[in-house]
Amino acid sequence: MEFDLPTFWFILVGVLFTGYAMLDGFDLGVGALHLFTKKDEERRILINSIGPVWDGNEVWLVTGGGALFAAFPEVYATVFSGFYDAFMLLLFALIFRAVAIEFRSKHPGRIWRRGWDIGFASGSLLSSLLIGAAMGNVVWGIPLDENHEFTGNILTLLHPYALLLGITTVALFTMHGNIYLILKTEGELQEKLRRWVKITIPIFMILFLVVGLITPFTCPHVQRAFDQRPMILLLLFTLALLLAFNIPREIYKGRELVAFLSSCGTMLALMTLFGCSVYPFMVSSTPNLENSLTIYNGSSTEQTLRFMAIVALIGVPIVLTYTASVYYIFRGKVEITEESY
Amino acid sequence: MDIEILSRIQFAFTIGFHYLFPPLTIGVGLNLVIMSAFWLKTRNPIYHNMGRFWTKVFGLIFAIGVATGIVMEFQFGTNWATYSRFVGDVFGSPLAIEGIYAFFLESGFLAILLFGWDKVGPKLHFFATCMVALGAHFSAIWILVANSWMQTPAGFHLAKKVKIAADGTQYPLSADLPAGTFSIKEIPLPKDYILQQSDLDSIRAVITDFWDMVFSPSSMDRLIHTILACWLAGTFLVISISAYYLLKKRHIAFAKASMRIGLVVAAITTVLQFWSADSTARGVAENQPVKLAAIEGLADSTTEAPIAVIGTVSWERDAEGNVTGINENSVKIPALLSILVSGDFLHPSKAAGVEIKGLNDLPSDEFIKSRHPDATPEEIEKIRPEYWPNVPVVFQTYHIMIFCGVALFVIAWLGLFLWKTGRLWATDKKFTRLFLIVCVFSVFLPQLASQAGWFTAEMGRQPWIVYEILQTSEALSKAVKAEQVLFSLIMFTLIYILLFMVFAYTLNSKIKHGPSDDHSGNQLPEKWRSVAVLEKMRHDKSE
Repeated sequence: MEFDLPTFWFILVGVLFTGYAMLDGFDLGVGALHLFTKKDEERRILINSIGPVWDGNEVWLVTGGGALFAAFPEVYATVFSGFYDAFMLLLFALIFRAVAIEFRSKHPGRIWRRGWDIGFASGSLLSSLLIGAAMGNVVWGIPLDENHEFTGNILTLLHPYALLLGITTVALFTMHGNIYLILKTEGELQEKLRRWVKITIPIFMILFLVVGLITPFTCPHVQRAFDQRPMILLLLFTLALLLAFNIPREIYKGRELVAFLSSCGTMLALMTLFGCSVYPFMVSSTPNLENSLTIYNGSSTEQTLRFMAIVALIGVPIVLTYTASVYYIFRGKVEITEESY
Repeated sequence: MDIEILSRIQFAFTIGFHYLFPPLTIGVGLNLVIMSAFWLKTRNPIYHNMGRFWTKVFGLIFAIGVATGIVMEFQFGTNWATYSRFVGDVFGSPLAIEGIYAFFLESGFLAILLFGWDKVGPKLHFFATCMVALGAHFSAIWILVANSWMQTPAGFHLAKKVKIAADGTQYPLSADLPAGTFSIKEIPLPKDYILQQSDLDSIRAVITDFWDMVFSPSSMDRLIHTILACWLAGTFLVISISAYYLLKKRHIAFAKASMRIGLVVAAITTVLQFWSADSTARGVAENQPVKLAAIEGLADSTTEAPIAVIGTVSWERDAEGNVTGINENSVKIPALLSILVSGDFLHPSKAAGVEIKGLNDLPSDEFIKSRHPDATPEEIEKIRPEYWPNVPVVFQTYHIMIFCGVALFVIAWLGLFLWKTGRLWATDKKFTRLFLIVCVFSVFLPQLASQAGWFTAEMGRQPWIVYEILQTSEALSKAVKAEQVLFSLIMFTLIYILLFMVFAYTLNSKIKHGPSDDHSGNQLPEKWRSVAVLEKMRHDKSE
């Protein structure tokens, strides 16, 4: 198989969004669990567990957006203008949760902290929901005209399947964040989190199975992909399932780090599954499939793709190196110090 | 209101608000590097306290910069989808590079800068400080490369998608050919091709040379000019807060040390900024003569063109209310504009002979004719103002920027003079107090200059979104309706007002709380202490 630049960029954009899901996923999950803790000190530990890393994690989304713009401008333009209201909501949610992290600690007042707590938690929940729902719409397909312009409205996007995927994403991130928090805490709070994980894991598993069963039988485009490459999709689905079932097993054995990595692995498998069930389509048009955006008719020119591929191949390893270093430096349990939030 | 004006207001508002913060992080970042370098070299704990205090301020500003910056990355797609489709091949690359090479660098090392005091040693911490500052500068570079391309597009050609039938004949993209009998190809268009509204479905800008795009005619000038402005923004924050402490007689040693660094950086930067401003303006004269005429309010082409110092410009309208020209009323310095544009300061009388085109001749007749081939000479005169920016506003924003710049220069050098003559720290003297009060408020000047300068640059580019290629009105999202933009604009306004109030309150309480006054170095973790301090402590203990 010769080297196909659009395919390479399809994978690279996928890698960036998968990185975002794995990393900001636990941030958002921590936010979802935030209001369930009651004591101020516990909430501080929760926020400080993501304190040094949350904005680095969010950069994956920003860079993913930038990469999409550079490599697939048509897709970028169609999706972002088509999902206008949803994206504006997502932006408001992300703004609120970002500043809540920063502002909460700056003043000890009860109402002040309560307000930012709500901002942090609701911003995180809403972000997860909207990100999942957006993916749901991409899998299901949205109405496009012959110029690839979105012709629906906000109600088109509030599709039951999209909402189901949104809720599943919330459950996935919450579980992911829960496991991350067990790694970063100790004592009473950790015990509490260990109890919660017995709820958050099953909720995700049930939703995951429901989505897994519904998708191939109802989603028109996934059915088509299933006819083309049944073995790959089945294999990936089995892999995701195995990795997901490994999470409770590792938790039971007390190996939280492996459970966390297993949860990351589940996301990777799910994103690959997602990629394989849409490829080579990026945005499927329902009902007129011929108006769809694929990696070929939605991409930049070969010259841009080639140049940017070199740029990315140099840059991404550097990024991974210092991202890993930062996680290494801030490994271990959360300590509240003078600099903490 | 129509969707064009709403989208423009939303973009201007969200970027204007966002742009309060990155200049501060770039400028404070530079000062942090200097402070940390002093700490590493002298091991005087006062520099350590400075580093800690300014890092906290930096962190607060950075968080809001990040939160409001995400909006910018997505707004090209949400509100300007036609633009994004048209320029994506060229314009997307700098944004992606900014993500990979700037944002990751900045946010990764920020963690160490903010929270790493007890986790890493001084040298690694200094390295992290440098990397954060570097990341902030990289980010400025790539966003200005992108923006400059909109001002002076280069390194690209227009290309049209066509359907090619099996026999090789070309058909337009909209032609109805049976599926499977054609392939789609993108063919380059000649350099002087003029984009029509109906073309936008099939024509886009395609990159020919990445480095020509990066080094477009205006990018270096605009980059240097903006980064210097950012340095001033951060440095005057340092000066302002230090002056406040001096006035209040609190944290004196800290305030003096910060003030010294701030004044030196500011004095050097203001001088550099004059040089950069001159170069930038000459670039505008060459590449965007309409903008130059607009910012100086120049109606008629003339030699010995003057510079307007202060004044007003208003529209001249005919009976139907259409713009026919401008009325300019200002105090002028004769011939200076011609001399500045020529750049030949050694032969002013010869340089004064350089002709500067006025708005009544801009854009040129040929330019208008090429876009309106059937227009008679009278019609050309009528059409011309459609290609002007909002001259009365651009004239004022430009002059606000100039005033702020001059004021900053005066403050910085007066401060340096007072310091060197030993009067700056005599805070009981009336003049010193007055000067310090001016310093406290000076933090607003670079911000005002940046905003005004940005408005000049962007409004001065109108009606074009990509200069002389694509008009702003053609670049909107077709899938978005005015109500949607109105709603999001209202939401942004409410959220940003709330954000700004909380930011001001939090920054204020940080300043009130102030830095640590313990200069003994005893509070430092062991690996941060200098050998001399450690030995002294051991010595004290044994006694």
